[in-house]
Amino acid sequence: MKEYAYFPGCSLEKMAVSYHLSALETTKKLGIKLKELEDWNCCGATTYFYIDELLAYTLCARNLAIAEKTGLDVVAPCSACYKNMYFTAAHLKKDADLAEHVNFALEEDNLQYNGNVNIKHLIEVFAQDVSAEEIKSKVTRPLEGIRVAPYYGCQIVRPQKEKEDVEQPQFFEGILSAIGATPVNYPLKMRCCGGSLIISSRTAALAMVRNLLQSAVDSQATVIATACPMCQVNLECYQQQVNQEFGTNFSFPVLYFTQLIGLAFGIPPKKLGIGKEFVSIAPSLLRAGQSKD
Amino acid sequence: MEKKEKIGVYVCHCGTNIAGVVNVGEVSTWAAENLKDQGVVVSRDYKFMCSSLGQELIQKDIKEYGLTRVVVAACSPHLHEATFRNACKGADLNPYLCELVSIREQASWVHTDKVAATEKSKALISGGVSRVVYNEPLEPLYVPIHPATLVVGGGISGIQAALEIADAGYRVYLVEREPSIGGHMAQFDKTFPTLDCSACILTPRMVQVGSHPNITLLTYSEIEKVEGYVGNFTVSIRKRARSVDEATCTGCGICWEKCPKKVVDNVFEAGMGNRKAIYVPFPQAVPKYPVIDRENCTFYIKGTCKACEKFCPTEAINFAQEDEIINVEVGNVILATGYDPFDARRITQYGYGRLANVFTSLEFERLSNAAGPTGGNIVLRDGKTVPKVVGIVHCVGSRDKNYNEYCSAICCMQSLKFAHLVHERTGAEIYNFYIDIRAPGKGYEEFYHRLLDEGTHFVRGKVAEISDAVRLPGEEGKLIIQVEDTLTGNQLRVPVDMAILSAGLEPRRDAKAVAKQFGISCSADGWLIERHPKLDPVATVTEGIYIAGCVQGPKDIPASVAQGAAAAARILGKIMQKEIALEPIRASIKEEQCSGCRICNNVCPFNAILFHEDKMVSEVNPALCQGCGTCVAACPAGAISGTGFSNQQILSQIEGLMLLNIKSHKETVPA
Repeated sequence: MKEYAYFPGCSLEKMAVSYHLSALETTKKLGIKLKELEDWNCCGATTYFYIDELLAYTLCARNLAIAEKTGLDVVAPCSACYKNMYFTAAHLKKDADLAEHVNFALEEDNLQYNGNVNIKHLIEVFAQDVSAEEIKSKVTRPLEGIRVAPYYGCQIVRPQKEKEDVEQPQFFEGILSAIGATPVNYPLKMRCCGGSLIISSRTAALAMVRNLLQSAVDSQATVIATACPMCQVNLECYQQQVNQEFGTNFSFPVLYFTQLIGLAFGIPPKKLGIGKEFVSIAPSLLRAGQSKD
Repeated sequence: MEKKEKIGVYVCHCGTNIAGVVNVGEVSTWAAENLKDQGVVVSRDYKFMCSSLGQELIQKDIKEYGLTRVVVAACSPHLHEATFRNACKGADLNPYLCELVSIREQASWVHTDKVAATEKSKALISGGVSRVVYNEPLEPLYVPIHPATLVVGGGISGIQAALEIADAGYRVYLVEREPSIGGHMAQFDKTFPTLDCSACILTPRMVQVGSHPNITLLTYSEIEKVEGYVGNFTVSIRKRARSVDEATCTGCGICWEKCPKKVVDNVFEAGMGNRKAIYVPFPQAVPKYPVIDRENCTFYIKGTCKACEKFCPTEAINFAQEDEIINVEVGNVILATGYDPFDARRITQYGYGRLANVFTSLEFERLSNAAGPTGGNIVLRDGKTVPKVVGIVHCVGSRDKNYNEYCSAICCMQSLKFAHLVHERTGAEIYNFYIDIRAPGKGYEEFYHRLLDEGTHFVRGKVAEISDAVRLPGEEGKLIIQVEDTLTGNQLRVPVDMAILSAGLEPRRDAKAVAKQFGISCSADGWLIERHPKLDPVATVTEGIYIAGCVQGPKDIPASVAQGAAAAARILGKIMQKEIALEPIRASIKEEQCSGCRICNNVCPFNAILFHEDKMVSEVNPALCQGCGTCVAACPAGAISGTGFSNQQILSQIEGLMLLNIKSHKETVPA
């Protein structure tokens, strides 16, 4: 059984609890154990790095130090958590002085980080550590005929890992094909959702969301699949405001990729957190998931 | 030391180059006084030692003092070693008894502390004096030069080189991998900036090559093996089976007319057009004989068809023909194997291969070529729609740390040419997206201004993305080019019908293997390395191997032609001399100390060491050896020594450098 140190991050405790549930359910089906990191703390999110860099690095390094003790690879389902941890590890490796400062702070907590942790986004586990064949073998209700827009967002392929295609990656499409769905050509799949821009520049942020939704409509998708709680919230929860601002008429479901995998695996929708969304998913999606019952 | 040497020391001012930092007078006096015991009988300084007056000074001393050794403290041996050796030779002193000590590159140019630089110069001279005592008189090795030349690559550069040598009356073997010579230039419609028809200026040269009595043309052929050394190479060439008998074929063309098998031509037509399974790449191909592409020919796949054979009026089709190995003897080699265009698929955000109406530069060349698949009509991928707006993206794969850091040199001008052709033939609105316009050739800047006058838009900015994600009114059905106009600071979305990626040039995929085969090396970028980037651009570090054209780095047609001619001139000079004197700085193996471990065989970068199976010992081929010393260091038995670099020479030079050779000094140095 594959085992990972699991760093759920703050969002998955409440706002993105359906991501949390579906991540655990689907990995369990694949024989993967996500062992939650003990006494983890917030990754610092978008803002902390702009307020105090050293403290922000320390905050991330604390999680890495705890993970290092387990000897396991760390998995983060949230793109921002993943990115913060990944680049903290990269910076600490390159900058011995920074590592010394951070470790000095960690001593207060009897912790030390030695730079030996591998950090992965949850989607990497599905795309790389598990083969498409393994996923296919667990599918009992293929999502045939369901057109899905694979929304990568801007963080999961950044910073670039060696030789990784960061402009037109295909691994999300691969996962969707493995569960029988049809990944559509979604030209804006790598574009930013706006992150926390909605707080400081509402109109600009809404325009970004509108473009992403319109592109999904244009590509004739019926659902957007995301791999990040921030993307999910921005795309789903602001649809009404987008409609008011731009006179559009969006009502477009946005699910976590793990929820789609769960449906294909035949896991009951409720266990995947389905039913908690703002924009209800099309009944056809649920039907597709249950067609072989 | 049995016999006391008489040594002369000459310290050069090099104007103020050396004298500005090093106190040359003091150095010269110091040498005369302190190196007396080592045999220094005269020491002088002079303003320009390399001048004829300076050289005469040395020659006079050699005669008057009966000097047996000369040490010149001046610039790097790279620059003037030959000058001073020749001066010694002129005074009947063996040139290898002259030692050059660099007090310019290694003292005055790299130090600012005048006292320290002066002291260092003294030490360097002391080292040179200690060393020169052990220098031995050497005689150069003379090898005959075979008058024939091998030219690899039949593009414009190779064609030029072959014609120059053949016209001078010497044999040339021109080897080309494709079925016809012509190279990339044959694929182009027009050349910049004169807009000459590319084929019209190239094909007469091709015909000349094909009919030249002194040129043996071997197309559809590749180099199999290279052995030997300058003046005496033996080259094995694999002449691939054409399946067509060249002696009987008239090139009438009935075979490819009748052949039922259509194949997408990914080479000459860049995937834009088709050819048959039996084909000549283009109508003016030289030679005119077709080849059968055995991978696609129905007969080779299924065992039936033979349509070509049935219709051939001269019975020239020969399905059983086999590859032939041809061995030739040549004295010199020119590598003119050219470049590969950058694969635009690698920049995924530009959508080539994903978005239909994104074209590469080579595709556009075929599209605009009157002999190309559309007869020169510039149309979209559907084959009929004429574009109304065209975007040309510069620097695709060039000047980009993610791909190639270098500038490909030709893409700006190529892009301007494309813009002109689009303007002339379609009247479309044209955008050029550039980082900088580089138009440094004759008439190039004027061509750029012509394009400005034609109304082409120039947007300064590196294109971020080409996408089909339309959003704004007027964008429907278009490709959107996203770019920051860095002159106004604005983000632009430019909707176009057609995007042309002006792809850069890359080394051939197999450039490294070719370089290795001929015993030369590639730069980090993958281009073959010339002997000197400024002063010896077509020679390489291996004697007898020359490079010309894009194999050495990106360049345009005039530069490629110039290099082809230059390489030919260099070789003709060698051929005229009939023999070549090789530097006697060589490694040699003491047979009785060699254990036959063969370590040296593998470390030699010039393949100069042979192994005698019968005696189980290795031997250095003195004509191939370049005296690099790698084997000397690698030999575990210490059986190899390098002439001019014996242990004794090196150790005494080190002693000299540390001033251990000076009695008074020795006493002050703590043990």
